[in-house]
Amino acid sequence: MNRLKTMILAGGLALAGLGLGTGGGASAQTPAAAPAIKTAQPGVPSALEPANAADPAAPKMSAATPAKLDQKAPAALELAQDGAPTMSAKPMIGQPTDGLMRIQPQVTKNGLRAHWFHDKILFPLITVVSLFVLALLVLVIIRFRAARNPVPSKTSHNTFIEVVWTLAPVLILVAIAVPSIGLLQAQFKPAPAGAVTLKAIGNQWFWSYQYPDNGGIEITANLLKEKQDVAAGERYRTDADGPRLLATDNRVVLPVGVPIRLITTANDVIHSWAMPAFWIKLDAIPGRLNETSFTIDKPGLYFGQCSELCGARHAYMPIAVEAVSPAQFAAWVRAKGGTMPTPGKASDAVIPQPGSDNSATVASEAAIVDNLTGPTENGTATPPVIPQGATGNPGGVGEAGR
Amino acid sequence: MTDTALHPSAFQAHDAHHHDAHADHLPGFFARWFMSTNHKDIGTLYLIFAIVAGIVGGAISGLMRAELAHPGIQYLPTWVAMLHGGQAQTFDQALHLWNVLVTAHGLIMVFFMVMPAMVGGFGNWFVPIMIGAPDMAFPRMNNVSFWLLVPAFILLLASPFFGGAGTGWTVYAPLSTYGEPGPSVDMAILSLHLAGASSILGAINFITTIFNMRAPGMTLHKMPLFAWAMLVTAFLLLLALPVLAAAITMLLTDRNFGTTFFDPAGGGDPVLYQHLFWFFGHPEVYIMILPGFGIVSHIVATFSRKPVFGYLGMAYAMVAIGVVGFVVWAHHMFTTGLSVNVKMYFTAATMVIAVPTGIKIFSWIATMWGGSLRFPTPMVWAIGFIFMFTVGGVTGVVLANGGVDDYMQDTYYVVAHFHYVLSLGAVFSLFAGFYYWFPKMSGKMYSEALGQAHFWVFFVGVNIMFFPMHFLGLQGMPRRYPDYPDGFAHWNNVASIGYMIMAAGMAIFFVNVVWSLIAGKKAPDNPWGEGATTLEWTLSSPPPFHQFETLPKID
Repeated sequence: MNRLKTMILAGGLALAGLGLGTGGGASAQTPAAAPAIKTAQPGVPSALEPANAADPAAPKMSAATPAKLDQKAPAALELAQDGAPTMSAKPMIGQPTDGLMRIQPQVTKNGLRAHWFHDKILFPLITVVSLFVLALLVLVIIRFRAARNPVPSKTSHNTFIEVVWTLAPVLILVAIAVPSIGLLQAQFKPAPAGAVTLKAIGNQWFWSYQYPDNGGIEITANLLKEKQDVAAGERYRTDADGPRLLATDNRVVLPVGVPIRLITTANDVIHSWAMPAFWIKLDAIPGRLNETSFTIDKPGLYFGQCSELCGARHAYMPIAVEAVSPAQFAAWVRAKGGTMPTPGKASDAVIPQPGSDNSATVASEAAIVDNLTGPTENGTATPPVIPQGATGNPGGVGEAGR
Repeated sequence: MTDTALHPSAFQAHDAHHHDAHADHLPGFFARWFMSTNHKDIGTLYLIFAIVAGIVGGAISGLMRAELAHPGIQYLPTWVAMLHGGQAQTFDQALHLWNVLVTAHGLIMVFFMVMPAMVGGFGNWFVPIMIGAPDMAFPRMNNVSFWLLVPAFILLLASPFFGGAGTGWTVYAPLSTYGEPGPSVDMAILSLHLAGASSILGAINFITTIFNMRAPGMTLHKMPLFAWAMLVTAFLLLLALPVLAAAITMLLTDRNFGTTFFDPAGGGDPVLYQHLFWFFGHPEVYIMILPGFGIVSHIVATFSRKPVFGYLGMAYAMVAIGVVGFVVWAHHMFTTGLSVNVKMYFTAATMVIAVPTGIKIFSWIATMWGGSLRFPTPMVWAIGFIFMFTVGGVTGVVLANGGVDDYMQDTYYVVAHFHYVLSLGAVFSLFAGFYYWFPKMSGKMYSEALGQAHFWVFFVGVNIMFFPMHFLGLQGMPRRYPDYPDGFAHWNNVASIGYMIMAAGMAIFFVNVVWSLIAGKKAPDNPWGEGATTLEWTLSSPPPFHQFETLPKID
């Protein structure tokens, strides 16, 4: 049964690959994505380049040719099941790195801004303040030790210095508050019309996602277990999927350069959708819709984890986002049986429900994709609807607290 | 302290006389320790209780650091099987045990270690003495306060045997209502009710005592800073704890009686619980640190042989911290979807607290400036406190920024922050106070060599344990995780090594206490010299069973 599913998936992938390939433009886009990631990370030491080249998963990404997929159907275990080209994680990007002492590289504008605020204002400031206090303590310990200063002074007031050490922190705090308030304003900016809406729904213990503006695509993202933890034939995590405890069976696919509207809610208890590389953390609360927005600047694979205690497997419901070009995103949406919205009617359109007939035509999608990215897709090959690859919640919904 | 220096000779003779007179009238063992109305005995009970709770809470953190030392789940399945009489349990139950440990560690350390030690222990012992009162205003209520804590602790310790409360110390709904069946969470909630009632009664007692029972001439503005700290703390307790009681009562009725205060399906709101909890929870962190501020002020002044610099500024800085502490609660909730204006307000209000805190740090240093400093054990703990609290405070300024918390919220950066202000702040001040007052309380001197060794080993240990947590937080590691991606392995391992060093430091502490009680030199009335000016040093060591039967007069 599982093998059959795998073959269907592989076939779907192959067709999707054909669809992309015949268009010409998109196939060129795919391999180009990898170098773009490498060169666009100013914060990452160049020593990483060989590591990237040696990454065994990297060639798989560009090798999404039908022939290869057909030959190696079992290898499809290592491919994303959602019809998108499998993107593999890059060291230090979008995931924690052992031994580091700094914030993860940021790939959104607000993330870069907040990162700058922390690294260039807050961190130097708190370091200076701490060292200043330490220096004063060391100074008084040395200078006023009993051996050196046997007779203590009786000074217990000095209005001037008390005013100084009250006002100086006030000024420092004002200096912090100005950029801090600015950052809050920037983070609050609602997503413009034409944004891609992603609805993240927290469950015990997995995330499900909806794309209400894209034909109501739904995906479910479960933790990918390790090889020794699954029954024979079940899908397990490989290095191409991502690091242990971060890789998911289905990834959230989002376009780069397009504003994303993130809406979070939850079905059972409070969860929190957190993506360090985007500087995003938004609680998913039952009965509420929380909203924020961001724009991913760089294609890549980014990982996050649930960040509000939600029961036993709180640590086992990771978040994986694959940021791809708008063209690839559109292709993925169509591969999932969704639609691209008409420009200007993105957010106020009636949200199509899953399984309903979607009215937007393939041609109009192609036009949007053309507007967004340039390369024209061949709109004639309708990609097949790929069966939902997500497994059910392995723990079973409703097994609360155990 | 300020102007509370007396003429010790005036009533030392008097006390010595009464000490002898009362020695024969000590109640029997059971009546003395189980039916006590004596503030010093009740203070001793609180301290013993806090030490026991500290051992349990510290052992739990040892279990957690063992599990976190390496990636993967190593010990939890074994432990959960042990909890169930050797029967293997499901993996999810092993993971649930993790949440139980996290919850128990937080609740025990907050409600059963720091608060009883600070307020019940040192507060009971020294507030009446410092203000020249014979005892607390309501001695029997004082006893009730202590004995409410015991069943509270038993309830909490028993709950893991009924499944365990894995809600975190914050007991957020709906995890605590819908998500945790079984009696464990109800037991934990009832435990909090009892502990809260205990604290409210204690707070009423302290406020009444300080307002009505100060010795003649002891105006509020002459009152020692520890008594000021306890006064502010008591008001925080009195105003904050009823809100917690309300919130957890609503949890109880949501769990058991079908109400829907926090259930959106019935028109309730999970975020309401967070507002209520943190309206209590934020003042709570000042409840835990303000008495420490008072203790450190006394110790720094004593061993600088100087009065506290800027006494009034110090007192009103604590009042300001207490007041502002009530209007910053939502900075714990920056990711819950607060509106931007609310976030801006809470960011700004939170940063304001850094100002009175800064005044205190600088005033302590100014107290030392020009002094004649000696560095016995209490003083090294106090200086350690000042620096470590500064480090914890500045990361608090980072976290105050709502925009930054979209990254930092619920990461190990927060864990590092609050352990620096609590584990290295409040606990350092507890040890400082313990060594400072140990001769007074027990009549025996502690071992100075062991005390210094305790400080240095503990200091190194906790810094190795908690400083790397900043790095884990910066790399994005979420809190309350029993297992983590391999990218967090190194600093977790370092932190676990730090725990072992810290534990060695604690071993030195216990050896010191036992050795000192058995073989310590007899303590003089005032072992600290002329810098120690508060009233407790005018009494014998240990003080007579009843002090100040004739009230001292303060000039």
